[in-house]
Amino acid sequence: MTVEENTVLRTEDLRVAFGPIVAVDGVSTTVEKNTFTVLIGPNGCGKSTLLRTAGRLQDPDHGVVLLDGHPIGDLPARQVARRLGLLPQSPQAPDGLTVIDLVSRGRDPHRRWYEQWTDHDEQAVDEALRVTGLTDLAHRPVDRLSGGQRQRAWIAMALAQRTPLLLLDEPTTYLDVVHQLEILELLAGLVRSGRATVLAVLHDLNMAARYADRLIAVRDGRIVATGTPAEVITPPVLARVFDLEAAVVNDPENGRPVVLPRRRAPQ
Amino acid sequence: MRRLVPGVLVLAVAAVLSVLIGSRTLSPATVLDALTGGGDAEAVAVVLEYRLPRTVAGLLGGAALAVAGVVMQGHTRNRLADPGLLGVSAGSAVAVVLAITVFGVATPAGFLPFAFTGAAAGCVLVTVVGMAASRRRDASPATLVLAGAAVSALLGAATGVLLLLDSAALSTYRFWTVGSLAALRGYDTVAVAAPFVLAGLILAAGHARALDVVGLGDDVSRGLGRHPLRTRLTGLCTVTLLVGGAVACCGSLAFVGLVVPNAVRLVTGGTHLPLLGLSAVLGAALTLFADVTGRLLVHPAELPVGVVLSLIGGPVFIALVIRTNRRPA
Repeated sequence: MTVEENTVLRTEDLRVAFGPIVAVDGVSTTVEKNTFTVLIGPNGCGKSTLLRTAGRLQDPDHGVVLLDGHPIGDLPARQVARRLGLLPQSPQAPDGLTVIDLVSRGRDPHRRWYEQWTDHDEQAVDEALRVTGLTDLAHRPVDRLSGGQRQRAWIAMALAQRTPLLLLDEPTTYLDVVHQLEILELLAGLVRSGRATVLAVLHDLNMAARYADRLIAVRDGRIVATGTPAEVITPPVLARVFDLEAAVVNDPENGRPVVLPRRRAPQ
Repeated sequence: MRRLVPGVLVLAVAAVLSVLIGSRTLSPATVLDALTGGGDAEAVAVVLEYRLPRTVAGLLGGAALAVAGVVMQGHTRNRLADPGLLGVSAGSAVAVVLAITVFGVATPAGFLPFAFTGAAAGCVLVTVVGMAASRRRDASPATLVLAGAAVSALLGAATGVLLLLDSAALSTYRFWTVGSLAALRGYDTVAVAAPFVLAGLILAAGHARALDVVGLGDDVSRGLGRHPLRTRLTGLCTVTLLVGGAVACCGSLAFVGLVVPNAVRLVTGGTHLPLLGLSAVLGAALTLFADVTGRLLVHPAELPVGVVLSLIGGPVFIALVIRTNRRPA
C-alpha cells in the first residue's frame, strides 16, 4: 500500500487569518488511516481553527484540505458529511430534545428528504447509543443530563453518522477524569478495531500522551513537532510549545510519557 | 400520525361551527339545504358567499401563521420568535398604509398585493441587514433577530408617521391591523392567497428535516452536510409565502404563530415534521374557534378574530411560559 492510500486527510500550506490575526500559518500535515491523532498546544495557538478548517467549518485564506485525496471544498457537502463526522466545541441542543432524537440527527447526511427511516439508520443509532452507554437514557432530554452524559450524547450523534473519519474539538472538556477516560477509551477502541480514524484537540497532555498514536504540537499557528507521544512529549518540546518547564517520566504500566509540570519556563 | 387524527377532528368541529354560526341565525337544516344548493335564496347567499369563504380563509390563515411560527422558531433557535419578528408584519403594515394614503386603496382585496409585497420586502430587508451585520455573512440567528427588531422599529415608525398625517387612513388601517375575517365576501381573496399558503406549507414540510438539523447550531449542521445560509434563505422564503398569504386572508393575527407551536411542542417534542403538521391543523382550528367566539360574544354584532385571539392568546401564552419553566431541572 502506498503512503497516499493511507492518508485520509491532508492539509497543504493552510493559512487562516481573522483580520490581522493569523490563526493558522502555513500548516501542512496528514492524518493517516486508523490512527488516533491529537492536536496539542496552548490556548489560542490555532489548533481549534486548524481542526475547524480541516472539517470545512472555516474556509482557509490559502492552501487546501484534501479528504481522501480530493479538495474538500470541491466535494458536495453531503458527500463530505458521509465521510467526515465533526463535533465542534461545546455544542448546544435545543431545550427538551431527547437523546435518541439528537443521535438520530446524525443520520441526516445519509437520507435524502424523500427517503424514509430505514433499519440501517435504526441500527446505526442503536449501536451509537450502546457504545456510549446511553441506551437507558435514550428518551431523557439532553438538557437534563449530566455534563459527561451530555458529551457522550453528542459523541453518539457523531458516531451515528458512521463516518470513517471523526474530527473532535475538545471532546473531554468539562469532564472529570473518569469520564475523560471513558470517552478516550471509546475513541481509541474505534481506532483499534479499524472502524474509524480520529483527529481530536485535547488539552490534557497526559491523556493525549496515553491515547494518541500521533501528536501534533502547535504554537502560533505553526506545527512545532509531530510524532509519537514519546517523540513529542519531551522537556525541550514542552518548553517550546507551552513555555513549560517540566519533567517527563514513563508510565510504568504502558511506558507512555507522563508530564510532571514544574513552572513556567523563563522566556 | 396518531396525534394528527384528534387534531383533524377538532379542526372539523371548528369548521362546522364556523359554517353554522353567524350574526344571522340559521338552523342547521337550512345551512345544510343551502350547502346542497337548495332552500331559501338568502340563506344560500349567506352560507355560500360569506360563511364558507370566511371559513376557508380562517383555515388557511391560521394554518399558515402557525407553520410560519414553527419555521421562525426553528431558524432563530428562539421559542419566542413569531411572524412579527423578522420584519414580515411590519413590512406588510407599512405597505398597506402606503396603499391607503398614497394610492387611495380602501378594500381588503385591494390591500392584498401591497400586503404581500410589503411582507416580502420586509423579510428581504431584514435578511440583507442580517447578512451584512454577521461575521461570516451568513445571517446568524442572533443577527437576524436584532436586524428584525431594528427594521421592524424603523418600519413601525414610518407607519406611525404616515398614519398621523392622514387620520382617515387610520380608521381603515385600524380595521386591517387588528385582523378580521368579517369583510370577506366570495372567493376572490382566498383564490389569491391559497396558492401562496399551499406553496409555503409544502416548502415547510420539505424543509422539516433541515429545521431539525439547524436547531443543533450552524457548526453541527454544516458538519452534517447542510448549508446554513441556503437553509435560512429557504426558511425566509417559506415564511414570506405563509405570512403574506395569511395577512391577505385575515390581516395580521397575533399569537397564533406563537401559542400554537409552543403548545404543540409539548405533545410532539422537537422533531419538526409532526410539529409542523399538528401546528398547521391546530392553528387553523384555533383561528376558526376564535372567529366563531367573536361572532357569539356580542351577537348579533361581531368582535374581530384578532381581538378574540389576543384575549385568549395572552393568558394561554403566560400559562405556557410558566409550565415550560416549572419543569424539574
